[in-house]
Amino acid sequence: MSQWLPIAEIADKVTKKQISATSLIERSLATITQKKDYRAIISTLEDRATTRAKMIDEGKLGGRLAGVPFIAKDNFLVYGSDTTAASNILKGFKAPYQASVINKLESEGAICVAKSNLDAFAHGASTENSDFFTTTNPHDQSRVPGGSSGGSAAAVVLDMAPFALGTDTGGSTRQPASFVGCVGYKPTYGLMSRSGIIAMASSTDTVGTLAKTVNDASLVIDVMAGIDSLDSTTIDRQPKGYDINNISEDNLRGKKIGLIREYMGEGLDGEVRDVVNDACLRLKSVGCEVSEVSIPSLPLALAVYYIICPAEVSSNLSRYDGQRFGFSYKEANNLDEVYELSRGYGFGKEAKRRIMIGTYVLSSGYYNAYYKKAQTVRTKLINEFNEVFKNCDFLIGPVAPTSAFKIGENIKDPLHMYLSDVMTVAVNLVGIPAVSIPAGEKNGLPIGVQLMANAKKDRELLLASKNLEGILR
Amino acid sequence: MAVISRDDVLKLAQLARLSLSDDEVEQFLIELREILLYVEQLKSVNVDNLAPTDQVTGLVNVMRDDITIDYGYAPGDLLGNVPRVEENLIMVQRVL
Repeated sequence: MSQWLPIAEIADKVTKKQISATSLIERSLATITQKKDYRAIISTLEDRATTRAKMIDEGKLGGRLAGVPFIAKDNFLVYGSDTTAASNILKGFKAPYQASVINKLESEGAICVAKSNLDAFAHGASTENSDFFTTTNPHDQSRVPGGSSGGSAAAVVLDMAPFALGTDTGGSTRQPASFVGCVGYKPTYGLMSRSGIIAMASSTDTVGTLAKTVNDASLVIDVMAGIDSLDSTTIDRQPKGYDINNISEDNLRGKKIGLIREYMGEGLDGEVRDVVNDACLRLKSVGCEVSEVSIPSLPLALAVYYIICPAEVSSNLSRYDGQRFGFSYKEANNLDEVYELSRGYGFGKEAKRRIMIGTYVLSSGYYNAYYKKAQTVRTKLINEFNEVFKNCDFLIGPVAPTSAFKIGENIKDPLHMYLSDVMTVAVNLVGIPAVSIPAGEKNGLPIGVQLMANAKKDRELLLASKNLEGILR
Repeated sequence: MAVISRDDVLKLAQLARLSLSDDEVEQFLIELREILLYVEQLKSVNVDNLAPTDQVTGLVNVMRDDITIDYGYAPGDLLGNVPRVEENLIMVQRVL
């Protein structure tokens, strides 16, 4: 049983002075201390959180998230606090401004209590690429929590806060949600501002929400969604918004759901397959029409992603020059050495690996063969998804090929680690929303199912997820 | 597509302004070959009549007025992260 009430109820009770924000913050911080063995958290924001809680209790602040504690992945800038992206190169970096989504959450009374662990710069699927430490899975400490938002996902399941923020560039919110057993939501590309979030691959970066229930996630999403002048890729909200806490509409009966054939083939764990098939049976039992659909280019998505992502990573990480912020190699003799040694010593192995691949695929002579080709295959993929959505309201499939793997199992083989993203990256390339919902377990390890909708159908997807969550219970 | 050589790795590291240890050079040589071999499967994909996708929002020419907006950033906060500062100036190694 969770120690947290549904988020809407917490805020309501705080607003009515039935619970104090201060007590909520204390409870959250105490849980973080009590469960520090899981290494989900990089830093806590005790002073800042306590001050804000006091302001709420004195009636100076409030809103739809009044007093609700949350944890942000350590690639979100929270003013005045350390923001490291779990990288040595940003150790000691103090955020001089704040992410737009953090501003929105705070303006509704939410309180950031801690920053969570991740694969450095969000490069990875297990938190093992963190330059600091590896987070352990709440269900089995010899296993990974998934990644890159592994710290945030674990924190939610460990009850440290009612919700946490992640990012999802290739599956980094959905895959850890599946590995630890919580809801992980990736919105339509552009629905939430990325201003103040450390950039990874800008054409696929999105803000992820991790929570216990779809209701909780929907309220948080509703607060964060919408146009921001500081991120020119942001899109309009849907007119009815995203908070479905008081909506109990059955939007599954009679709907067409496509089971993605390409995700159900070779390489998929038997238990994961069973969980997805079981979810499909349950959907049929409530009147959904579930049928297999094919997206022929889907097996190419991972190759497309591992060209586009490193290309954009190499560009975004070029700002770490040892001059304006971050680690600087003090004994360098000239300007070039400052760049080379600061970056050489400051970046971890995976960041360097991606910078190298990205530099290669963008270099003259290879640009057309790799980067442009990948961007064109991306178009093919988008067209095929559009085609499938002509006949389907939603798509369903696994989140990852397996449940949580052992710490150390994949870290030595980068390509094998990349394969953990094989069922999530296409969604990012196409820009559609998708969610991971807890659906089963294998030997005590949770397994999620992935539900997807067409772009700008986040409200419909949240509603369908809430209904699916209900029939999976 | 060409097979990547040790010289290519060194050249890439130089382009990316990244100092690498000898071990890293050897390691990346093997791994980059493997990863590039994996993505080679795109080579045979027919993409006739398709244009590359640069972004997925469908937004075109997002404009705003050319005015200064004060976001309240404090110079002290910004300079606080700079490795070398003298009299509010960012110090860098000599360029010329």
